[in-house]
Amino acid sequence: MFKESEIRTFIEGTTNYFEATAQQAASVGSPYLVTDGNPGAYEYTGVIGISGARKGVVYFTAPRGMLTVLLMRMQETDTSDESIRDLVGEVANTISGNARRDFGKNFVISVPVVIAHDEEKVTTPHARSFVIPINWRTHSAKLVVCLE
Amino acid sequence: MAKSDPNASLKLMIVDDSNIIRRRIERSQQIARLEVVGSANNGRAAVEMFRRTSPDVVTMDLTMPEMDGIECVQQLVAINSDVLILVVSALADKATAVEAIEKGANGFLCKPFTDRQLNDALEELLSEA
Repeated sequence: MFKESEIRTFIEGTTNYFEATAQQAASVGSPYLVTDGNPGAYEYTGVIGISGARKGVVYFTAPRGMLTVLLMRMQETDTSDESIRDLVGEVANTISGNARRDFGKNFVISVPVVIAHDEEKVTTPHARSFVIPINWRTHSAKLVVCLE
Repeated sequence: MAKSDPNASLKLMIVDDSNIIRRRIERSQQIARLEVVGSANNGRAAVEMFRRTSPDVVTMDLTMPEMDGIECVQQLVAINSDVLILVVSALADKATAVEAIEKGANGFLCKPFTDRQLNDALEELLSEA
């Protein structure tokens, strides 16, 4: 079973992402456990399937406003829906891939699946998930870790 | 060969399944003698483009659909063993970096990266030429 202590890897991955990509730190709230299988989602979600030694999903979910500003901080001028989808998948992919620093090569990640404009379609394979709240500028997002 | 002359221009191909990352690498790389000749969003497309454009330098993502970056590195090196390949990937475990180098990559840059880290990694790669 995924241990609470292992959530540290994902917190570090999240803060590192914003510092390196946007040169602006994000603050991470206290992680909390959701046990009803409904950790929730914002307008755009990038989902990474995890297989190998661990099984489940990791997803990053954020509102359009946050992702648009993040694109602009990256000097990206195309802030279309297509670019926003691309970015939310890339954030999820980067944070999940970075977790292999601690979990090793057998923490196998899929290419991102992006769900947009349909928050109810965002589901987890197990009832129990850890949610990491993320605050960046005036925006809120979350990283959801649902692993066996 | 262009690589033996430190002032000669070199052709760069960018491989990543994210449009944003491909554009970011193109925009952020400040190496005057690197000229982008193409980009590809998966390993299979990269091999085709490599045959057409004969780049000297490649930035290579690893987690991609159709053909992953490790397989693509192997195929590019089999076509031209002189190509310089910088893997740019989120996969942060040491074993993956070692595997990429063993298959023929010349450097490894972990995502997320700053513009400076990208340029430093490219400079280091070119210093091997």
